Amino acid sequence: MALSNVLESPASGFNFDNAARNAAFEGLFEEGHPPKPMKTGTTIAGVVFKDGVVLGADTRATSSEVVADKMCAKIHYISPNIYCCGAGTAADTEKTTDLLSSNLTVFSLNSGRNPRVVMAVNILQDMLYRYHGQIGANLILGGVDCTGNHLYTVGPYGSVTKVPYLAMGSGDLAALGILEDGFKHDLELEKAKELVRDSIHAGIMSDLGSGNNIDICVITKQGVDYIRPFQESEYKDTRKPKYKYRPGTTPVLTKKVVPLKLEVVEETQQRMDTV
Amino acid sequence: MAAASMMPIFSQNVSSKSDLVPDWTRQEVSTGTTIMAVEYDGGVVVGADSRTTTGAYIANRVTDKLTRIHDRIYCCRSGSAADTQAIAEVVSYQLGFHSIELDEPPLVETAAHLFRASCYRYREELMAGILVAGWDRRKGGQVYCVPIGGMLVRQPVSVGGSGSSYIYGYMDSNYKPGLSKDQCLDLTAKALALAMERDGSSGGVVRLATISEKGVERRVLLGDQLPKFSTH
Repeated sequence: MALSNVLESPASGFNFDNAARNAAFEGLFEEGHPPKPMKTGTTIAGVVFKDGVVLGADTRATSSEVVADKMCAKIHYISPNIYCCGAGTAADTEKTTDLLSSNLTVFSLNSGRNPRVVMAVNILQDMLYRYHGQIGANLILGGVDCTGNHLYTVGPYGSVTKVPYLAMGSGDLAALGILEDGFKHDLELEKAKELVRDSIHAGIMSDLGSGNNIDICVITKQGVDYIRPFQESEYKDTRKPKYKYRPGTTPVLTKKVVPLKLEVVEETQQRMDTV
Repeated sequence: MAAASMMPIFSQNVSSKSDLVPDWTRQEVSTGTTIMAVEYDGGVVVGADSRTTTGAYIANRVTDKLTRIHDRIYCCRSGSAADTQAIAEVVSYQLGFHSIELDEPPLVETAAHLFRASCYRYREELMAGILVAGWDRRKGGQVYCVPIGGMLVRQPVSVGGSGSSYIYGYMDSNYKPGLSKDQCLDLTAKALALAMERDGSSGGVVRLATISEKGVERRVLLGDQLPKFSTH
Protein backbone atom coordinates (compact mmCIF):
# COMPACT_ATOMS: atom_id res chain seq x y z
CA MET A 1 0.00 0.00 0.00
CA ALA A 2 1.26 3.51 -0.78
CA LEU A 3 0.96 4.62 2.85
CA SER A 4 3.16 2.00 4.42
CA ASN A 5 5.93 1.27 1.90
CA VAL A 6 8.61 3.86 1.28
CA LEU A 7 10.59 1.40 -0.77
CA GLU A 8 9.24 0.49 -4.19
CA SER A 9 6.93 -2.53 -4.20
CA PRO A 10 8.97 -5.66 -4.85
CA ALA A 11 9.11 -7.26 -8.28
CA SER A 12 6.95 -10.37 -8.54
CA GLY A 13 8.57 -13.73 -7.83
CA PHE A 14 11.63 -14.38 -5.72
CA ASN A 15 14.74 -12.26 -5.56
CA PHE A 16 17.73 -14.56 -5.73
CA ASP A 17 20.33 -11.87 -6.41
CA ASN A 18 22.50 -13.15 -3.61
CA ALA A 19 22.40 -16.77 -4.71
CA ALA A 20 25.13 -16.31 -7.33
CA ARG A 21 27.20 -14.42 -4.80
CA ASN A 22 26.78 -17.21 -2.25
CA ALA A 23 27.81 -19.84 -4.79
CA ALA A 24 30.97 -17.88 -5.63
CA PHE A 25 31.59 -17.38 -1.92
CA GLU A 26 31.59 -21.09 -1.23
CA GLY A 27 34.32 -21.63 -3.79
CA LEU A 28 36.68 -19.26 -1.97
CA PHE A 29 36.90 -21.36 1.18
CA GLU A 30 38.79 -24.64 1.53
CA GLU A 31 36.65 -27.71 1.15
CA GLY A 32 33.72 -25.39 0.38
CA HIS A 33 32.99 -24.62 4.05
CA PRO A 34 31.99 -20.98 4.27
CA PRO A 35 31.57 -19.50 7.75
CA LYS A 36 28.21 -20.38 9.25
CA PRO A 37 25.81 -17.50 9.86
CA MET A 38 25.31 -16.45 13.43
CA LYS A 39 22.13 -17.92 14.90
CA THR A 40 20.39 -16.78 18.02
CA GLY A 41 19.82 -20.38 19.25
CA THR A 42 17.42 -18.92 21.68
CA THR A 43 14.58 -18.95 24.10
CA ILE A 44 11.94 -16.30 23.55
CA ALA A 45 8.47 -16.20 25.05
CA GLY A 46 5.42 -13.98 25.22
CA VAL A 47 2.31 -13.87 27.39
CA VAL A 48 -0.87 -11.82 27.12
CA PHE A 49 -1.95 -10.62 30.56
CA LYS A 50 -4.76 -8.45 31.90
CA ASP A 51 -3.38 -5.06 30.94
CA GLY A 52 -1.11 -5.88 28.00
CA VAL A 53 1.66 -8.16 26.78
CA VAL A 54 4.91 -9.35 28.38
CA LEU A 55 7.77 -10.47 26.11
CA GLY A 56 10.89 -12.21 27.35
CA ALA A 57 14.17 -13.38 25.84
CA ASP A 58 17.58 -14.71 26.79
CA THR A 59 20.70 -12.87 25.58
CA ARG A 60 22.98 -15.51 24.06
CA ALA A 61 23.93 -15.53 20.38
CA THR A 62 25.83 -18.59 19.14
CA SER A 63 27.99 -19.29 16.10
CA SER A 64 28.07 -23.11 16.03
CA GLU A 65 29.48 -24.06 19.45
CA VAL A 66 30.91 -20.66 20.36
CA VAL A 67 28.96 -17.96 22.16
CA ALA A 68 29.34 -15.04 19.80
CA ASP A 69 27.49 -12.45 21.88
CA LYS A 70 26.68 -12.62 25.60
CA MET A 71 24.50 -9.55 25.73
CA CYS A 72 22.57 -9.83 22.50
CA ALA A 73 19.32 -7.83 22.37
CA LYS A 74 16.61 -10.08 20.97
CA ILE A 75 13.61 -7.91 21.73
CA HIS A 76 13.42 -5.47 18.84
CA TYR A 77 11.53 -2.20 18.66
CA ILE A 78 8.88 -2.08 15.96
CA SER A 79 6.76 0.88 17.03
CA PRO A 80 5.95 2.60 20.33
CA ASN A 81 3.26 0.01 20.99
CA ILE A 82 4.71 -3.08 19.31
CA TYR A 83 7.85 -5.07 20.10
CA CYS A 84 9.16 -8.20 18.42
CA CYS A 85 11.31 -11.08 19.72
CA GLY A 86 13.40 -12.83 17.08
CA ALA A 87 14.80 -16.36 16.90
CA GLY A 88 16.68 -17.98 14.02
CA THR A 89 19.41 -16.40 11.94
CA ALA A 90 20.50 -13.25 13.79
CA ALA A 91 21.01 -11.14 10.67
CA ASP A 92 17.62 -12.10 9.25
CA THR A 93 15.68 -11.22 12.41
CA GLU A 94 17.56 -7.91 12.77
CA LYS A 95 17.02 -6.78 9.21
CA THR A 96 13.44 -8.00 8.93
CA THR A 97 12.39 -6.20 12.11
CA ASP A 98 14.30 -3.07 11.03
CA LEU A 99 12.51 -3.06 7.68
CA LEU A 100 9.15 -3.56 9.36
CA SER A 101 9.89 -0.80 11.86
CA SER A 102 10.79 1.75 9.20
CA ASN A 103 7.75 0.91 7.08
CA LEU A 104 5.46 1.30 10.07
CA THR A 105 7.11 4.58 11.07
CA VAL A 106 6.28 5.98 7.66
CA PHE A 107 2.73 4.75 8.06
CA SER A 108 2.51 6.44 11.48
CA LEU A 109 3.77 9.72 10.08
CA ASN A 110 1.34 9.54 7.20
CA SER A 111 -1.73 8.60 9.20
CA GLY A 112 -0.97 10.17 12.58
CA ARG A 113 -1.67 7.04 14.59
CA ASN A 114 0.13 4.06 16.06
CA PRO A 115 0.06 0.97 13.85
CA ARG A 116 -2.05 -2.02 14.80
CA VAL A 117 -0.36 -5.31 15.63
CA VAL A 118 -2.32 -7.09 12.90
CA MET A 119 -0.80 -4.66 10.34
CA ALA A 120 2.72 -5.57 11.41
CA VAL A 121 1.84 -9.25 11.23
CA ASN A 122 0.40 -8.98 7.74
CA ILE A 123 3.43 -7.12 6.40
CA LEU A 124 5.76 -9.71 7.93
CA GLN A 125 3.72 -12.65 6.67
CA ASP A 126 3.66 -11.16 3.18
CA MET A 127 7.43 -10.69 3.09
CA LEU A 128 8.38 -14.03 4.61
CA TYR A 129 5.98 -15.96 2.38
CA ARG A 130 7.44 -14.28 -0.67
CA TYR A 131 10.87 -15.59 0.29
CA HIS A 132 9.58 -19.11 0.97
CA GLY A 133 11.69 -19.88 4.03
CA GLN A 134 14.97 -18.45 2.73
CA ILE A 135 14.77 -15.80 5.45
CA GLY A 136 15.33 -17.78 8.65
CA ALA A 137 13.32 -15.65 11.04
CA ASN A 138 11.01 -17.02 13.75
CA LEU A 139 9.35 -13.97 15.24
CA ILE A 140 7.07 -13.36 18.21
CA LEU A 141 5.19 -10.07 17.86
CA GLY A 142 3.45 -8.56 20.83
CA GLY A 143 1.69 -5.25 21.19
CA VAL A 144 -1.20 -3.21 22.46
CA ASP A 145 -3.46 -1.21 20.18
CA CYS A 146 -6.98 0.18 20.13
CA THR A 147 -8.43 -3.28 19.52
CA GLY A 148 -6.75 -4.90 22.53
CA ASN A 149 -3.66 -6.86 23.55
CA HIS A 150 -2.28 -9.20 20.91
CA LEU A 151 0.44 -11.83 20.59
CA TYR A 152 1.32 -13.41 17.24
CA THR A 153 4.04 -15.64 15.91
CA VAL A 154 5.26 -15.60 12.30
CA GLY A 155 7.27 -18.55 10.98
CA PRO A 156 10.01 -18.43 8.35
CA TYR A 157 7.68 -19.83 5.69
CA GLY A 158 5.07 -17.19 6.39
CA SER A 159 2.59 -19.01 8.65
CA VAL A 160 0.88 -16.93 11.34
CA THR A 161 -0.50 -18.15 14.66
CA LYS A 162 -2.39 -16.05 17.18
CA VAL A 163 -2.40 -17.42 20.73
CA PRO A 164 -2.38 -16.00 24.28
CA TYR A 165 1.05 -17.47 25.14
CA LEU A 166 4.02 -18.56 23.06
CA ALA A 167 7.59 -19.71 23.12
CA MET A 168 10.02 -19.95 20.21
CA GLY A 169 13.64 -20.80 19.53
CA SER A 170 15.75 -23.83 20.41
CA GLY A 171 14.75 -23.63 24.07
CA ASP A 172 11.03 -23.41 23.37
CA LEU A 173 10.14 -26.92 24.50
CA ALA A 174 11.32 -26.24 28.04
CA ALA A 175 9.81 -22.76 28.09
CA LEU A 176 6.47 -23.96 26.75
CA GLY A 177 6.28 -26.57 29.50
CA ILE A 178 6.40 -23.81 32.12
CA LEU A 179 3.92 -21.69 30.20
CA GLU A 180 1.44 -24.53 29.71
CA ASP A 181 1.55 -25.22 33.42
CA GLY A 182 1.37 -21.66 34.74
CA PHE A 183 -0.70 -19.72 32.21
CA LYS A 184 -4.14 -18.40 33.12
CA HIS A 185 -6.23 -15.78 31.39
CA ASP A 186 -6.05 -12.22 32.81
CA LEU A 187 -2.91 -12.62 34.91
CA GLU A 188 -1.68 -9.68 36.99
CA LEU A 189 1.46 -7.85 35.86
CA GLU A 190 3.83 -9.28 38.47
CA LYS A 191 2.59 -12.82 37.99
CA ALA A 192 2.92 -12.47 34.22
CA LYS A 193 6.51 -11.18 34.50
CA GLU A 194 7.36 -14.05 36.84
CA LEU A 195 5.82 -16.59 34.47
CA VAL A 196 7.82 -15.30 31.51
CA ARG A 197 10.98 -15.14 33.61
CA ASP A 198 10.46 -18.73 34.74
CA SER A 199 9.89 -19.94 31.22
CA ILE A 200 13.01 -18.23 29.84
CA HIS A 201 14.95 -19.57 32.82
CA ALA A 202 13.78 -23.10 31.97
CA GLY A 203 14.96 -22.58 28.42
CA ILE A 204 18.35 -21.35 29.62
CA MET A 205 18.77 -24.29 31.97
CA SER A 206 17.75 -26.95 29.48
CA ASP A 207 19.16 -25.65 26.20
CA LEU A 208 22.79 -25.09 25.30
CA GLY A 209 21.91 -22.46 22.73
CA SER A 210 20.29 -20.20 25.34
CA GLY A 211 21.92 -18.52 28.28
CA ASN A 212 23.28 -15.48 30.06
CA ASN A 213 20.80 -12.80 31.07
CA ILE A 214 17.03 -12.52 30.78
CA ASP A 215 15.43 -9.46 29.17
CA ILE A 216 11.79 -8.59 29.78
CA CYS A 217 9.62 -6.11 27.89
CA VAL A 218 6.21 -5.11 29.26
CA ILE A 219 3.83 -3.35 26.85
CA THR A 220 0.66 -1.75 28.15
CA LYS A 221 -1.69 1.00 27.07
CA GLN A 222 0.27 3.39 29.29
CA GLY A 223 3.60 2.63 27.67
CA VAL A 224 6.52 0.26 27.44
CA ASP A 225 8.84 -0.97 30.19
CA TYR A 226 11.94 -2.50 28.60
CA ILE A 227 13.90 -4.11 31.45
CA ARG A 228 17.33 -5.11 30.21
CA PRO A 229 18.53 -7.13 32.03
CA PHE A 230 15.63 -8.32 34.13
CA GLN A 231 17.76 -10.98 35.66
CA GLU A 232 21.50 -11.33 35.36
CA SER A 233 23.20 -14.69 35.04
CA GLU A 234 24.91 -15.97 38.22
CA TYR A 235 27.98 -16.72 36.15
CA LYS A 236 29.17 -13.17 35.78
CA ASP A 237 32.30 -12.41 33.84
CA THR A 238 34.67 -10.29 35.94
CA ARG A 239 36.95 -9.54 32.99
CA LYS A 240 36.49 -6.00 31.78
CA PRO A 241 36.44 -5.00 28.09
CA LYS A 242 38.56 -1.92 28.88
CA TYR A 243 41.49 -1.81 31.21
CA LYS A 244 42.07 1.44 33.07
CA TYR A 245 44.60 1.56 35.87
CA ARG A 246 44.58 4.04 38.72
CA PRO A 247 47.49 6.52 38.50
CA GLY A 248 50.11 5.26 40.92
CA THR A 249 49.43 1.53 40.31
CA THR A 250 52.85 1.12 38.74
CA PRO A 251 55.64 2.38 41.10
CA VAL A 252 57.91 5.08 39.61
CA LEU A 253 61.60 4.16 40.05
CA THR A 254 63.37 7.05 38.31
CA LYS A 255 62.29 10.25 36.59
CA LYS A 256 64.21 12.21 33.95
CA VAL A 257 62.83 15.45 32.44
CA VAL A 258 64.22 16.74 29.12
CA PRO A 259 62.75 20.12 28.06
CA LEU A 260 62.30 20.43 24.29
CA LYS A 261 63.11 23.90 22.95
CA LEU A 262 60.63 24.94 20.26
CA GLU A 263 60.92 27.98 17.99
CA VAL A 264 57.98 29.50 16.13
CA VAL A 265 58.82 29.12 12.43
CA GLU A 266 55.56 30.18 10.79
CA GLU A 267 52.23 31.39 12.09
CA THR A 268 49.04 31.41 9.98
CA GLN A 269 45.45 32.30 10.74
CA GLN A 270 42.52 30.72 8.97
CA ARG A 271 39.24 32.55 9.25
CA MET A 272 36.09 30.44 9.42
CA ASP A 273 33.07 31.62 7.48
CA THR A 274 30.14 31.86 9.86
CA VAL A 275 26.89 32.93 8.28
CA MET B 1 7.37 -32.00 0.62
CA ALA B 2 6.69 -30.22 -2.65
CA ALA B 3 7.53 -26.80 -1.20
CA ALA B 4 10.83 -27.96 0.28
CA SER B 5 11.92 -29.71 -2.90
CA MET B 6 11.46 -26.51 -4.90
CA MET B 7 14.25 -24.70 -3.06
CA PRO B 8 17.28 -24.08 -5.32
CA ILE B 9 20.29 -26.31 -4.74
CA PHE B 10 22.61 -23.40 -4.05
CA SER B 11 20.59 -22.07 -1.13
CA GLN B 12 22.63 -21.34 1.96
CA ASN B 13 22.84 -24.23 4.37
CA VAL B 14 21.95 -22.52 7.57
CA SER B 15 22.37 -25.61 9.72
CA SER B 16 24.42 -28.79 10.01
CA LYS B 17 24.48 -31.95 12.10
CA SER B 18 26.63 -30.36 14.78
CA ASP B 19 24.30 -27.41 15.25
CA LEU B 20 22.69 -26.78 18.62
CA VAL B 21 19.39 -25.97 16.97
CA PRO B 22 17.20 -29.12 16.74
CA ASP B 23 15.94 -30.53 13.46
CA TRP B 24 12.27 -29.74 13.79
CA THR B 25 12.85 -25.99 13.94
CA ARG B 26 13.87 -26.08 10.32
CA GLN B 27 10.85 -28.02 9.11
CA GLU B 28 8.04 -26.17 7.48
CA VAL B 29 4.90 -25.75 9.54
CA SER B 30 2.28 -28.18 8.28
CA THR B 31 -1.37 -28.63 9.20
CA GLY B 32 -1.10 -32.47 9.01
CA THR B 33 -4.77 -32.74 9.60
CA THR B 34 -8.18 -34.17 9.41
CA ILE B 35 -10.84 -32.04 7.76
CA MET B 36 -14.37 -32.89 6.70
CA ALA B 37 -17.36 -31.31 5.07
CA VAL B 38 -20.91 -32.69 4.64
CA GLU B 39 -23.89 -31.30 2.72
CA TYR B 40 -27.40 -31.47 4.12
CA ASP B 41 -30.65 -30.05 2.88
CA GLY B 42 -30.35 -26.35 3.70
CA GLY B 43 -26.64 -26.03 4.37
CA VAL B 44 -23.30 -27.67 5.13
CA VAL B 45 -21.43 -28.87 8.18
CA VAL B 46 -17.64 -28.41 8.24
CA GLY B 47 -15.25 -29.77 10.80
CA ALA B 48 -11.53 -29.95 11.52
CA ASP B 49 -9.08 -30.97 14.22
CA SER B 50 -6.79 -28.32 15.76
CA ARG B 51 -3.22 -29.58 15.50
CA THR B 52 -0.41 -27.80 13.58
CA THR B 53 2.92 -29.59 13.50
CA THR B 54 6.51 -28.65 12.70
CA GLY B 55 8.06 -32.04 12.13
CA ALA B 56 7.38 -33.92 15.36
CA TYR B 57 6.59 -30.82 17.44
CA ILE B 58 3.08 -29.47 17.83
CA ALA B 59 3.46 -25.79 17.02
CA ASN B 60 -0.15 -24.91 17.79
CA ARG B 61 -2.60 -27.22 19.56
CA VAL B 62 -5.61 -24.93 19.18
CA THR B 63 -5.44 -24.01 15.49
CA ASP B 64 -8.51 -22.82 13.68
CA LYS B 65 -8.45 -24.53 10.30
CA LEU B 66 -11.95 -23.40 9.35
CA THR B 67 -11.24 -20.13 7.60
CA ARG B 68 -13.90 -17.64 6.61
CA ILE B 69 -13.78 -16.73 2.94
CA HIS B 70 -17.10 -14.93 2.82
CA ASP B 71 -20.19 -14.60 5.02
CA ARG B 72 -21.54 -18.01 4.04
CA ILE B 73 -18.47 -19.64 2.52
CA TYR B 74 -15.78 -21.32 4.59
CA CYS B 75 -12.73 -23.36 3.66
CA CYS B 76 -11.00 -26.19 5.54
CA ARG B 77 -7.22 -26.03 5.19
CA SER B 78 -4.76 -28.93 5.09
CA GLY B 79 -1.13 -29.09 3.96
CA SER B 80 1.39 -26.31 4.44
CA ALA B 81 0.17 -23.70 6.93
CA ALA B 82 1.88 -20.83 5.12
CA ASP B 83 0.63 -21.85 1.67
CA THR B 84 -2.98 -22.36 2.73
CA GLN B 85 -3.10 -19.11 4.71
CA ALA B 86 -1.72 -17.23 1.71
CA ILE B 87 -4.15 -18.83 -0.76
CA ALA B 88 -7.11 -18.27 1.54
CA GLU B 89 -6.24 -14.58 1.84
CA VAL B 90 -5.90 -14.17 -1.91
CA VAL B 91 -9.20 -15.93 -2.64
CA SER B 92 -10.91 -14.03 0.16
CA TYR B 93 -9.86 -10.76 -1.46
CA GLN B 94 -10.81 -11.83 -4.96
CA LEU B 95 -14.21 -13.11 -3.85
CA GLY B 96 -14.92 -10.03 -1.77
CA PHE B 97 -14.13 -7.80 -4.74
CA HIS B 98 -16.28 -9.94 -7.04
CA SER B 99 -19.17 -9.85 -4.61
CA ILE B 100 -19.04 -6.05 -4.35
CA GLU B 101 -18.96 -5.78 -8.14
CA LEU B 102 -22.04 -7.98 -8.48
CA ASP B 103 -23.72 -6.46 -5.42
CA GLU B 104 -24.76 -9.98 -4.48
CA PRO B 105 -23.50 -12.71 -2.16
CA PRO B 106 -21.01 -14.85 -4.12
CA LEU B 107 -21.64 -18.45 -5.16
CA VAL B 108 -19.77 -21.30 -3.48
CA GLU B 109 -18.91 -22.56 -6.94
CA THR B 110 -17.13 -19.27 -7.67
CA ALA B 111 -15.06 -19.56 -4.49
CA ALA B 112 -14.17 -23.14 -5.37
CA HIS B 113 -13.09 -22.13 -8.86
CA LEU B 114 -10.94 -19.32 -7.48
CA PHE B 115 -9.22 -21.80 -5.16
CA ARG B 116 -8.70 -24.21 -8.00
CA ALA B 117 -7.25 -21.49 -10.22
CA SER B 118 -4.52 -20.67 -7.67
CA CYS B 119 -3.87 -24.27 -6.65
CA TYR B 120 -3.60 -25.54 -10.21
CA ARG B 121 -1.53 -22.69 -11.58
CA TYR B 122 1.08 -22.91 -8.83
CA ARG B 123 0.73 -26.65 -8.30
CA GLU B 124 4.53 -27.22 -8.35
CA GLU B 125 5.21 -24.65 -5.65
CA LEU B 126 2.24 -25.18 -3.34
CA MET B 127 1.23 -27.90 -0.96
CA ALA B 128 -2.41 -27.26 -0.19
CA GLY B 129 -5.44 -29.52 0.13
CA ILE B 130 -8.62 -27.50 0.61
CA LEU B 131 -12.30 -28.22 1.12
CA VAL B 132 -14.56 -25.32 0.11
CA ALA B 133 -18.03 -25.43 1.65
CA GLY B 134 -20.89 -23.00 2.02
CA TRP B 135 -24.43 -22.02 1.23
CA ASP B 136 -25.80 -19.87 -1.56
CA ARG B 137 -29.28 -19.19 -2.85
CA ARG B 138 -28.83 -20.87 -6.20
CA LYS B 139 -27.77 -24.38 -5.18
CA GLY B 140 -28.08 -24.42 -1.38
CA GLY B 141 -25.43 -26.23 0.61
CA GLN B 142 -22.40 -27.35 -1.44
CA VAL B 143 -19.06 -29.00 -0.76
CA TYR B 144 -16.20 -28.77 -3.25
CA CYS B 145 -12.93 -30.64 -2.93
CA VAL B 146 -9.68 -29.01 -4.18
CA PRO B 147 -6.91 -31.48 -3.31
CA ILE B 148 -3.14 -31.15 -3.92
CA GLY B 149 -2.60 -30.73 -7.64
CA GLY B 150 -5.59 -28.51 -8.22
CA MET B 151 -8.48 -30.81 -9.10
CA LEU B 152 -12.01 -29.52 -8.52
CA VAL B 153 -14.94 -31.80 -7.85
CA ARG B 154 -18.22 -31.34 -6.03
CA GLN B 155 -19.08 -34.09 -3.56
CA PRO B 156 -21.93 -34.46 -1.05
CA VAL B 157 -19.38 -35.44 1.60
CA SER B 158 -15.62 -35.07 1.58
CA VAL B 159 -12.70 -35.69 3.92
CA GLY B 160 -9.14 -34.46 3.62
CA GLY B 161 -5.77 -34.27 5.29
CA SER B 162 -3.41 -36.92 6.59
CA GLY B 163 -6.02 -38.35 8.97
CA SER B 164 -8.61 -38.86 6.29
CA SER B 165 -7.15 -42.22 5.22
CA TYR B 166 -8.32 -43.71 8.53
CA ILE B 167 -11.94 -42.74 8.17
CA TYR B 168 -12.85 -43.58 4.58
CA GLY B 169 -14.33 -46.85 5.78
CA TYR B 170 -16.36 -45.09 8.48
CA MET B 171 -17.60 -42.53 5.96
CA ASP B 172 -18.55 -45.08 3.35
CA SER B 173 -20.56 -47.16 5.79
CA ASN B 174 -22.21 -44.36 7.78
CA TYR B 175 -23.04 -41.62 5.30
CA LYS B 176 -26.43 -41.70 3.61
CA PRO B 177 -27.96 -38.97 1.48
CA GLY B 178 -30.75 -37.09 3.23
CA LEU B 179 -29.23 -36.76 6.72
CA SER B 180 -30.46 -33.93 8.93
CA LYS B 181 -28.24 -31.16 10.30
CA ASP B 182 -27.81 -32.79 13.69
CA GLN B 183 -27.04 -36.16 12.15
CA CYS B 184 -24.37 -34.49 10.01
CA LEU B 185 -22.87 -32.82 13.06
CA ASP B 186 -22.82 -36.14 14.87
CA LEU B 187 -21.26 -37.92 11.88
CA THR B 188 -18.57 -35.27 11.52
CA ALA B 189 -17.71 -35.22 15.22
CA LYS B 190 -17.41 -39.02 15.38
CA ALA B 191 -15.38 -39.25 12.17
CA LEU B 192 -12.94 -36.57 13.31
CA ALA B 193 -12.60 -38.17 16.73
CA LEU B 194 -11.77 -41.52 15.12
CA ALA B 195 -9.18 -39.97 12.83
CA MET B 196 -7.59 -38.00 15.68
CA GLU B 197 -7.34 -41.25 17.63
CA ARG B 198 -5.30 -42.95 14.92
CA ASP B 199 -3.39 -40.16 13.16
CA GLY B 200 -0.42 -38.67 14.95
CA SER B 201 -0.64 -35.43 13.00
CA SER B 202 -4.25 -34.80 14.03
CA GLY B 203 -5.45 -33.99 17.50
CA GLY B 204 -6.43 -31.31 19.98
CA VAL B 205 -10.04 -30.16 19.87
CA VAL B 206 -12.72 -30.60 17.23
CA ARG B 207 -13.94 -27.40 15.63
CA LEU B 208 -17.35 -27.55 13.94
CA ALA B 209 -19.31 -25.01 11.95
CA THR B 210 -22.76 -25.10 10.38
CA ILE B 211 -23.38 -22.81 7.41
CA SER B 212 -26.94 -22.17 6.23
CA GLU B 213 -29.17 -19.36 5.07
CA LYS B 214 -29.41 -18.13 8.65
CA GLY B 215 -25.67 -17.74 8.95
CA VAL B 216 -22.75 -19.52 10.58
CA GLU B 217 -22.87 -21.34 13.93
CA ARG B 218 -19.52 -22.32 15.39
CA ARG B 219 -18.85 -24.90 18.05
CA VAL B 220 -15.81 -26.40 19.75
CA LEU B 221 -15.69 -29.90 21.25
CA LEU B 222 -13.04 -29.92 23.95
CA GLY B 223 -11.08 -33.01 24.97
CA ASP B 224 -13.60 -34.38 27.45
CA GLN B 225 -16.54 -33.68 25.12
CA LEU B 226 -15.17 -35.71 22.21
CA PRO B 227 -17.10 -38.84 21.22
CA LYS B 228 -15.59 -41.85 22.94
CA PHE B 229 -14.93 -45.27 21.49
CA SER B 230 -13.90 -48.55 23.00
CA THR B 231 -10.34 -48.63 24.28
CA HIS B 232 -9.78 -52.36 24.13
